[in-house]
Amino acid sequence: MTEKIKFVLNGKPVSLDVDGDRDLLWVLRTDLEITGVKFGCGEGLCGACTVLVNGEAMQSCQITVGDVAGAEVTTIEGLEKDGKLHPIQEAFMKHDALQCGFCTSGMILKAHSFLSRKPNPSRAEIGDALEDNLCRCGTHTRILDAVSEAAEVMKGGESS
Amino acid sequence: MKTTESMHDNRPPGFSLPLDRREFLKTVGVLGGGLFVYFTVGNRFAAAQMPSMNYPTDFNAYLRIAADGSVTCFTGKIDMGQGTITSLPQIAAEELKVAYESVSIIMGDTDLCPYDFGTVGSMNIRMFGPALRKAACEARGVLKELAAEKLGCSVDQLVAENGTVFDKDRPEKKVTYGELTRGKIIERHLKEIPPETPSEKFTIMGKPYLHQDARDKVTGRAQYTGDIRFPGMLYAAVLRPPAHGAVLKRLDVSGAKKIEGATVIQDDDLVAVLHALPDQAARALKKIEAEYEEPQTGTDSETIYDHLVKTVPEPNVVSQSGDIQEGRRLVKHIFEETYRSGYLAHTPIETHTAMAKVENGKVTVWSTTQNPFPLKTSLSETLKIDPENVRVITPFVGGGFGGKGAPNPNREALEAARLARITGKQIQVCFSRADEFFYDTFSPAAVVKVVSGIDEAGNVVLWDYTVYHAGDRNTDAIYNIPHLRIVSLGGWMRATPGAHPFGVGPWRAPGAHINGLARSMQFNLMAEKAGMDPLAFRLKHLKDERLKGALKAAADKLGWKPHAARSGRGWGIACGIDANSYVAHVGEVEVDKGSGKVRLKRIVCAIDMGLSVNPQGSRIQLEGAMTMGMGYALTEELKFKNGKIFDLNFDSYSIPRFSWLPKIDTVIVPNMNQPAQGGGEPGIVGVGAVIATGIYDATGAKLFRMPMTPERVKEALAKV
Repeated sequence: MTEKIKFVLNGKPVSLDVDGDRDLLWVLRTDLEITGVKFGCGEGLCGACTVLVNGEAMQSCQITVGDVAGAEVTTIEGLEKDGKLHPIQEAFMKHDALQCGFCTSGMILKAHSFLSRKPNPSRAEIGDALEDNLCRCGTHTRILDAVSEAAEVMKGGESS
Repeated sequence: MKTTESMHDNRPPGFSLPLDRREFLKTVGVLGGGLFVYFTVGNRFAAAQMPSMNYPTDFNAYLRIAADGSVTCFTGKIDMGQGTITSLPQIAAEELKVAYESVSIIMGDTDLCPYDFGTVGSMNIRMFGPALRKAACEARGVLKELAAEKLGCSVDQLVAENGTVFDKDRPEKKVTYGELTRGKIIERHLKEIPPETPSEKFTIMGKPYLHQDARDKVTGRAQYTGDIRFPGMLYAAVLRPPAHGAVLKRLDVSGAKKIEGATVIQDDDLVAVLHALPDQAARALKKIEAEYEEPQTGTDSETIYDHLVKTVPEPNVVSQSGDIQEGRRLVKHIFEETYRSGYLAHTPIETHTAMAKVENGKVTVWSTTQNPFPLKTSLSETLKIDPENVRVITPFVGGGFGGKGAPNPNREALEAARLARITGKQIQVCFSRADEFFYDTFSPAAVVKVVSGIDEAGNVVLWDYTVYHAGDRNTDAIYNIPHLRIVSLGGWMRATPGAHPFGVGPWRAPGAHINGLARSMQFNLMAEKAGMDPLAFRLKHLKDERLKGALKAAADKLGWKPHAARSGRGWGIACGIDANSYVAHVGEVEVDKGSGKVRLKRIVCAIDMGLSVNPQGSRIQLEGAMTMGMGYALTEELKFKNGKIFDLNFDSYSIPRFSWLPKIDTVIVPNMNQPAQGGGEPGIVGVGAVIATGIYDATGAKLFRMPMTPERVKEALAKV
């Protein structure tokens, strides 16, 4: 059933006439053309579709657009501010923590959510946090390097 | 090689051009001209192994130097994350003497790029790289000739540096490449191609470069096939059978038609729902009632092996020396073992996706393919239209590992094109994860039977090796063994009819895993009997110095200390030749005897790949390959019965995760003056072998089957 759903997407208000039961993933990718959020498995098993809802990482194939009414939703497109990359994005580039890039936005957003709760994690804790995000290229060690470094860099209060 | 300066004024190209080049220039005219340098990858590989690849001798890639001095390389190869989008421009920049940043590469667009078979077998650098390098050298030579004419001095007097040619005695006498590329149509051969830059003078090659496309990938700007949007485009959800070989008996699409905005298309075997929203197309598809008759092939994930050894083509003798009967007579200890491995899925995180549009009779397909040109051919055949009217474009590809190339039919692309033609709309077909598993061209299940033996002195004197359905990769006779026979029956490339219940194809270093396991395990068993350290035992028998070098380098990095026979440390070892690179793996495993769970704690890969164009990229490939390799070694095995596949998502098909990570080290054995060899695959070939020999070293348990699941480990432990 179509209803009006409002939320904030990457800092900007969005108002949609949409069936609130539709998966957030497809509303983002299709209706809003936010394609940095990826479809990988459709069942919450790979993490490629991860977005931030009020700062917390969620798999957008597992929640509906109705679920985010009134919330702040951040996708990978929303991390760059005025042409400046987020420290996690910078660290992924610096450590070459990506190959095909298809899991990358989910990894970065999951790390973002994790570091906001746990600013000084051990390497093992980072791995635990990212455990359900799958990467088939095998870039895992570099992703750990990147998130570790981002945590260091962000210590100075850089947590946006 | 020919050079042509043309097109900046959009004049039709010269009539002396062969037809395909003339056609080609017509389409590249839109680029705005510049100096074009054609080159061919040549037939070295094609003639040797894969005649079907049949590279044209005319040209199949080119460099363009634009009026602003920027360089573009066009190639029918693709990048699916392995980083050649970074390393190929390094080669061009080094030999053209331009800044790395001024070189860009356009890959996998069949209208812009000349023919290429595609990206397979770690060949982008080792096959395409040398041709690109020569082309860049010749282009540099041509530019110097043009500069000599312009500056009125001899070529010998000139130096090319940073996109400029100047007189070495009067540097102010100079001209930029950009200035040189304006002018008339030229076709020019050089009598002698200028020499390649010696490795000690490299400023770009052999240096680490970060992924060129990284910024696009960390910001979400990288556009993959599924990200392409057109106003009015439709998403297709396609009816899929429940099993391979299933026959449709009854179909009722009325439920789907009731969904608002849904259109049902039935075109022979193709039944699809189209909708402006992909999730609504999928919802409508579920309303279709379809009944099928499912085949009874009688095989499943356990019984397939007996079937496979019975269903074989004519044997191919890969290698033979001495006399097997004589070898059997000489052995003191004989080891007769059978190895098995299951079907493996590729599971790239991006599922197969295609976007198609038909405009004025021309079909354009954006595709996740590893082989854009072969796909163009199959589109032309399927749609029965002239190849000239088919264009395949390859945007960013979210992983492939062999699963997005031939013999995968890229069904989604054919479906999208058919639906686009029927409807006149732009159509996207994106595989669900279940489709991705179902239509995968799996790494085939395989069997290896080995009979080997050592004599009184502990020398291997017999090696009678038969591999079923994996092919002969990584079976090379790397050891000195007097009586040897290596036989291969069936492979992944041309599957034996009736052997497999579904499609099979290449999977990162196809077939090399099971062969690596069999060879390595067999050597550890023999070393144990000979009372020798498994490293020393291998070094004693290895023929090739470069392979010995790689093995020693890996062992040094791990801190290998010799131990006669089994040590209890859990140290595993493997070596071989893959994609022409010499590669060795050593590592350490931990076995939980109670649960049977195996953990890889450390792994080292040492490789002699000749010139490593981008050492950073090479390391990433090796690390990725070792990480991926833990999957085939420990968990990955497709479960099926008859034509029905039970693993349709990541809940039951388990791929490597962060918690599995060992400490990973890579050693690139410096060998800059040897030609560059493969790097994308060799890192994966020894992982299973290291784990199996590691388990043996730790516990004495002999694992002959992959994946080495806890149940199988416990079973093997019980026999110790």
